[in-house]
Amino acid sequence: MNDISENIHQAKLWKVLIQRRSVLFGLIILFVIGVFAIFAPWISSVDPNSIAVRSRLLPPGTEYWLGTDELGRDIFTRLIYAGRVSLTVGVGVAIISSSIGIVMGLTSGFFKRLDAPISRITDAMMAFPDILLAISLVAVLGGSVSNVVIALSIVYAPRVARIVRASTLVIRELPYVEAARALGVGTPTILFSHILRNIMSPIIVQATFIFAYSMLSEAGLSFLGVGVDPSTPTWGTMISNGRQYIDVASWMIICPGVAITMCVLSLQIAGDGLRDALDPKIAKDL
Amino acid sequence: MFIVLTLVFIIVRLAPGDPATLMLGPDATPQEAIELREDMGFNRPIIIQYADFISKVAQGDLGKSIFFNQPVLSILAERAEPSILLTLFSLGIAISIALPFGIASAYYRGTLLDQSSLTSAMLIASIPSFWTGLILQQYLGTELGWFPVSGYGGPGASFGERAYHLLLPSLVLGVVNSALILRFTRASMLDVLTEDYVRTARSKGLSEMNVVLRQAFKNTLIPLATVIGLTFALLISGAVVTERVFNLPGIGSLVVGSVLRRDYPMIQGTLIVVSGVYVLVNFLIDMIYLWIDPRVKY
Repeated sequence: MNDISENIHQAKLWKVLIQRRSVLFGLIILFVIGVFAIFAPWISSVDPNSIAVRSRLLPPGTEYWLGTDELGRDIFTRLIYAGRVSLTVGVGVAIISSSIGIVMGLTSGFFKRLDAPISRITDAMMAFPDILLAISLVAVLGGSVSNVVIALSIVYAPRVARIVRASTLVIRELPYVEAARALGVGTPTILFSHILRNIMSPIIVQATFIFAYSMLSEAGLSFLGVGVDPSTPTWGTMISNGRQYIDVASWMIICPGVAITMCVLSLQIAGDGLRDALDPKIAKDL
Repeated sequence: MFIVLTLVFIIVRLAPGDPATLMLGPDATPQEAIELREDMGFNRPIIIQYADFISKVAQGDLGKSIFFNQPVLSILAERAEPSILLTLFSLGIAISIALPFGIASAYYRGTLLDQSSLTSAMLIASIPSFWTGLILQQYLGTELGWFPVSGYGGPGASFGERAYHLLLPSLVLGVVNSALILRFTRASMLDVLTEDYVRTARSKGLSEMNVVLRQAFKNTLIPLATVIGLTFALLISGAVVTERVFNLPGIGSLVVGSVLRRDYPMIQGTLIVVSGVYVLVNFLIDMIYLWIDPRVKY
């Protein structure tokens, strides 16, 4: 019975998401970028780092769809390979920061004694401007994709923790949690089966936004030269490299900029759509 | 703030390996590493280092930069002006764009104006600020010559010249960060415009301008103050990147340079000062609540 109602709920959710054209547009863009990134080696047979000095700074055309850079590297190939890094960072940060935030928020909201210390730590972490904290963490950890993911996860985890804590504080007082306690259900089961399952909607929406923000932050870190190793193509590094050639080869910065914007925009649209679809009050009107 | 300091202490000591060797780089001799370790106190137990760090910060001593060989606080003070002005100008621009469009968007809900404001806000929030900065720098600065392309006017520049150099960076940062304020203004105005007192004001025959701006808008100031505080934090983050795009000699450029040079005392000091400013701004916003709404009590 429970499975049937869950299936109906999921079917309704998809219906609401797909009925909204903007959300559908966002999901299609994300899907296309995802496919290009995942199948990059099959889509382009060229090495993203292969240098062809004779073909440097060529404008977009039939041979090089999006032109070439200052070393004659194919921008289209670099763009799709860079998408892999951005999406890896986005997905990694969304999953890790949500997991850390869930553990912190559930602990803080459920156990009254731990609430004050955990809340003070989250407050203190939120006192650092995002990019400054990320830069400092990457500076001490070293520049690599995994360290950028760790740094940005630490930056964004307190946001999830705050949302989870607030929802846990409400849910823990509800009669069904009290009934579970009275029936002798263990604390971990109450936390993960009874509370977490009922607060997943705001967490999923927040994770979508974190996905988008972390891609922007990663691009910013790479642009500043303090992110991923410079030999790895990323959208931020591509913009940084194209900076000095903007007057003769503007495609070098336009292409990666459009790619970041499209990706972040589609995630924001999807996040907004998810929020509306998961909110029973709004979903009823859609 | 005490927890903030503790976090800063932990973050800077997360670096794997010997901090003295890391700071001095691969060309340093073992003798130099030993001297720096002694000088910075890295050879003492971690708890002693922590106690020493807290007591020094409490006395206003943020240490000495390895690269500049000067106290961190005095370097930060020298670099503060462009960052402070950039943040304030950008905040002013963001508010001037967001408030009229946010109010109009809520008032004309569902119209083309509302749809285009919301779509533009979402699009603007998705564009990386450094990318917008580079494009505008090229077209408005280099090609049209409307704004200075980079720098802060050089040594001895007047305040007017320095402010003129900040116009384009502030415009970029202000426009990018107006999206959040616009969406909040719209949402708060939508809540308020359906309130009974707004209906009463209309039934009393007050002009629409009076109803919207004096009766309704005044009641959105509390959530707006909160979101402006949030935007302030975003502006500090945005300023780090924007300063680098426009070669402004501010705290953002300083911190990026310090990271590339592995000047840990400088990074540590900047983190403390910037987070301190952020805590102070949040405190001021809490105080502003008291002024906006006399019902608020602490």
